[in-house]
Amino acid sequence: MTATATAPAKKASSRRVKQGGLSEVRAGWFTKVLLGLLVVMWTVPTLGTIITSFRTLDDANTSGWWEVFYKPEYWSRLTFDNYIDAWNGAGASSANFGASFLNSLAIALPATFIPILIAAFAAYTFTFMEFKGREVLFILIVSLLVVPNFVAFIPLQNIYNNLEFVGFPKVWLAHIGFGMSLAIFILRNFMTTLPRSVIESAKIDGASHYGIFYRLILPMSVPALAAFAIFQFLWVWNDLMVALVFLGPGENEPVTVALTSLKGQLGQGWNLTTAGGILSMLVPVTVFLVLQRYFVRGLTAGAVKG
Amino acid sequence: MLLKSGTVLVTVAIGIAGAIALFWALNKLAELLPSKWEHRLKPYLLILPAYLAISLYLLYPTIVTVINSFKDRTSDQWVGFTNYADLFTDKAFQSTLFNTVLWVIIVPAVTIIVGLAVAALTDRLPSKSEKFVKTMIFVPMAISMVGAATVWRFVYAYQPAGETQTGLLNAVWTSGGAEPVPWLNTSTFRLNTLLLMVILLWAQVGYAMVLLSAAIKSVPAETLEAARVDGAEERQVFFSVILPQIKGTIIAVGVTVTIGVMKIFDIVYTNTNGQFNTNVLANDFINELTTNFNYGAASAIVVILMIAVIPIMIYQVRNFKEQEAAA
Repeated sequence: MTATATAPAKKASSRRVKQGGLSEVRAGWFTKVLLGLLVVMWTVPTLGTIITSFRTLDDANTSGWWEVFYKPEYWSRLTFDNYIDAWNGAGASSANFGASFLNSLAIALPATFIPILIAAFAAYTFTFMEFKGREVLFILIVSLLVVPNFVAFIPLQNIYNNLEFVGFPKVWLAHIGFGMSLAIFILRNFMTTLPRSVIESAKIDGASHYGIFYRLILPMSVPALAAFAIFQFLWVWNDLMVALVFLGPGENEPVTVALTSLKGQLGQGWNLTTAGGILSMLVPVTVFLVLQRYFVRGLTAGAVKG
Repeated sequence: MLLKSGTVLVTVAIGIAGAIALFWALNKLAELLPSKWEHRLKPYLLILPAYLAISLYLLYPTIVTVINSFKDRTSDQWVGFTNYADLFTDKAFQSTLFNTVLWVIIVPAVTIIVGLAVAALTDRLPSKSEKFVKTMIFVPMAISMVGAATVWRFVYAYQPAGETQTGLLNAVWTSGGAEPVPWLNTSTFRLNTLLLMVILLWAQVGYAMVLLSAAIKSVPAETLEAARVDGAEERQVFFSVILPQIKGTIIAVGVTVTIGVMKIFDIVYTNTNGQFNTNVLANDFINELTTNFNYGAASAIVVILMIAVIPIMIYQVRNFKEQEAAA
């Protein structure tokens, strides 16, 4: 978002835990109870889903998930079947999470990694090279950050139909295009903080722009590259709209679309939505927890997505 | 399956190798030019791929969409402002617009207030518990809205009176003897829309909390000390010392959340698909596009949304220019 507003924040979030702020004041019991309640409120819905994902359809239909805690008769009926059925696509549902899981990976990985290099070159050019129109071109990027990406859906569908484009490349290219302005924005903001003296001295030693980019700038920009990569990966993995419009339900559907179709089927198959939902969350939540530090840095470095 | 995983890896490799080759070629191309031209042209060549992507996926479509919004449902005939007139005179669309405005007013404000409260309160905890509380509140951000809808089903679920309630909210509600309520079908006072907002708040309060917490921690300790020495209470320290210093971050979070909420789609689509008076602009757009195949109306909805975004865009650009001038 706004670089200056959050610039000090960027520094603060990286390592240090306690310094300024309110830390002088210790939490009283009221604060502790309040925060405890908040944590409960935030985790109970997920807990309910996890528990339900191990219950049989009958149990889930006839009793609340919380009854598992005080009615031991439910314990023996807890089962992994929902997961097995959701993964293999058994039962009343046609959704097959095993396949859609791979589809999600097949969509998210290229859509995450390909734009990075393209954006990094552009960010380098904006930061370290002088050229006419530099400011105007960058302001274009800043203004495009807020443009809703669904302006592109109808015109793109026409282009894709005319070119007889099919399958994953449709969404890869779309996500590359949609993610580009944010990528350039984040990377350029980061690169302006790199010490110019290093680049100047490399230039004096006769290094080309190309060499400086690959040997100096790219390695130094790893935190920002990682931040954008996580952001883009989560965004693409969790995306429903782009997948729905360009891929739709069927053999290429990612987990979000599979889960949506499953949710639509009331009655028979719905117990699979819990297992499917948990499966669909595993990847992003793991990525998120493991790389949280980079992600936070990416947020503070400025993130709006159009 | 194995084949597919292979394809994925190969594509990633080809994509990256392709991008490297492309820039190598562009660089070589620039070097072939006379040195004077090389320096002039190279920057443009290096930003060319990025701008091609942006032009094809945002600029060109924006122009086409504006044009399509003045054409009929198949984009063949010019119809002037008919699409807009039809939308604005349609009762259902007025309700959609009203809901979207509700989202835009309520969600950013509550996100900031709750995020700020959590950020300020966790700051007083020992650092281990602080980290735990923050992680718990932050994690839903990684979950898709479809996943969130699945999760919240067990809060909002409804069974007719007399049957066991499987939704937490109804279980609590009926425990005092009240009749169960079909929460997401109840649009009295836009209750269902408000309940859908709760899901979004659940998902993104963590975002506001993280940014605001970082800002609070970067407030210089001296300013707080000074205020305390002067006898200010903690409440006063927060409202008159900390708050003014983190104003920039609060606005930044507000703008980001507002933009996100204007385009809110997944939550409504997966929970109610806009039924029971919960429709919002983006969901209406998708329905016009994929169910009604009315490209004129769909385009007009996007244009309305883009016009709504313009003030934020101007603000962003102005803000950016100020910062560049200050740097």
